[in-house]
Order: sequence, then structure tokens, then C-alpha cells
Amino acid sequence: MASTHVNPTRMELTRLKKKLVTARKGHKLLKDKRDELMRQFMELVKVNKELRKKVEDGIAAANKDFALAAAVMGDEAVKTALLAPKQSVSLQVSERNVMSVEVPVFDYKTGTAGENDIYSYGFIETSADLDTAVASLSAVFPDMLRLAEVEKSCSLMAAEIEKTRRRVNALEHVMIPEYMDKIRYISMKLDENERSTQIRLLKVKDMMLEKNYAAKHAEG
Amino acid sequence: MHKIAVMGSRTSVYGFAALGLDTYFVTEAEEAVKLIRQLEREEYAVIYITEAVAAQIPGELKRIAEQPVPAIIPIPGVQGNNGMGMNAVRDNIIKAVGSDI
Repeated sequence: MASTHVNPTRMELTRLKKKLVTARKGHKLLKDKRDELMRQFMELVKVNKELRKKVEDGIAAANKDFALAAAVMGDEAVKTALLAPKQSVSLQVSERNVMSVEVPVFDYKTGTAGENDIYSYGFIETSADLDTAVASLSAVFPDMLRLAEVEKSCSLMAAEIEKTRRRVNALEHVMIPEYMDKIRYISMKLDENERSTQIRLLKVKDMMLEKNYAAKHAEG
Repeated sequence: MHKIAVMGSRTSVYGFAALGLDTYFVTEAEEAVKLIRQLEREEYAVIYITEAVAAQIPGELKRIAEQPVPAIIPIPGVQGNNGMGMNAVRDNIIKAVGSDI
């Protein structure tokens, strides 16, 4: 399969042997990386699925509550009530390194003092349904943020796993066999050269002996 | 300091304003792409987007998926859950493992 031409020299052989060793080492390292990434990914994806289900259910429930509040109070009144939010959220983003994949970590701080202090409106003009709606939405928020973190990490890790797997396969099925083929070709060629030199020497020696023998007989 | 945005149809996202998140009302694909580009520049780290809008802009989501920030997370809107979020998770698994498990 030695498709590309290689020079059958000793120098080339040494070079290829060194390359083969490096490729084997790289292959092993990348394989380990892939396995560890996969293990962590599996754990994370499980969390991701659970969180997503929780968040989707939570938001669906909150949407129902909002619809109910809008039905009781009127759409405009709900809009007005939520016009000036009391709560503020600030997000701190840092990065964590998982097997050379930079995944985001979100820390959030809420602007208000307590979790009961989230209602941005007076209680006279609004229905209790709106309170329920806001409370239920605020309850899913921590999970939503965690979902963002986990889901982003999952998608980044999936991309890295795909890349690593491709590299491992390329090394295993293309590069390493190619090097081995080339090395075999060169060592065969060198052996063949050596044999042909040996035969040539033997032949020359025979010829010289014959010449000597003939000369001696001619004299005598 | 980074911010969090929620985008989608008005009825789907206005409740999030109560939590102090920035809400943006979009329904069209073109507006959504424009908005995402703008939010990207303004240091938004997390963008929640309703599935109805997200379904219209797969290309843009794919582009963002390769960057560490922002994280664009599909959430169900008032029309209900169309399974897009779960599908995204499944796609990740297929990408990583090679088969659905």
C-alpha cells in the first residue's frame, strides 16, 4: 500500500521508525482523551436530559399561570405590572477546563434582597394569579441557568469528542499502517541490496579464482 | 458583567421580565438573526429562545454552538413544547457517540 514513493535508505528508515513511535504514542494519548471525554460527557448528558425536562415542564406550567393571570386581569394590566422589574440578575461567566475543552460556568447574583421580594407591582391592582405565575417562573430560573451551562458544555464536548475520534481513527487506520508498510518496504529493499552485493562479491571471487587456476595450468 | 436575554413571541417571553431578564420580542427569522448578532456584541452570555423561533434559524444556532459564549438555549413557548430542545440534546449524543442511546 506504499502509494507514495519512499527512498529506500537507512536514513529514511530511521526517520520513519521515529515517526511510527510518535504516532503510536499520540494514538494512545488521544484514545485516552477520547475515553475520558466520553465518560464525562455521558454523566453530563444525563444531567442535561433531566434538567431539560424539568425546565420545560416548569416553563409550561408558568406559561399556563401567566395565561390565567392575563385572562383574569386583562393583557394590558399584566404588561403594565411587569413593565418595571424589581429583580435584576447579573451573570458571572468563568471557564472550566475539561480535558482541554473550555466549558462555561455561570454564577448569577440576583439584585433583590430575598426571594419573596420579586414582585414588581402593587398588590391592589393585580390578581393573585400573577403572583403565582411570577413565583413559578422564578422557581425554574436556577434550573434554567444550570441547563444553559450544562447544555452548552455538552455541545462543546460533543464537538471535541467527534474531532478526537476522527483523529484517533486517522492515526489507527491510516497513518500507522502507512508507516508500517513503508518501513517494511525499505527494510526489504535494504536486505535485497545486501544480498545482491554479497552475490556479486562471491561471483567476482569465483571469477578471480578461475583466472588464477587457468593461468597456473597454462604455465605448467 | 454578562447579561441574560430571552427572545421569542411577546406572549411567550414577557413573563421573564419579572425575573430581571432582558426580553426581546421577535417572531421572524431575519429579525432573530439580526438580534442574535447584536446580543453577541453586547456581552450576553445566555440567550433563551423560544422553540418556535429557534426552529427557523438552524444555521445561526449551529454557528453559535461552536463558540463558548453565548449559550443559546431553546425553551418552550406558549404554543407548547415541540421537542426541539430534547432533539438538540439527542443530536449531541449522536455526534459524540455515533448512535442514539
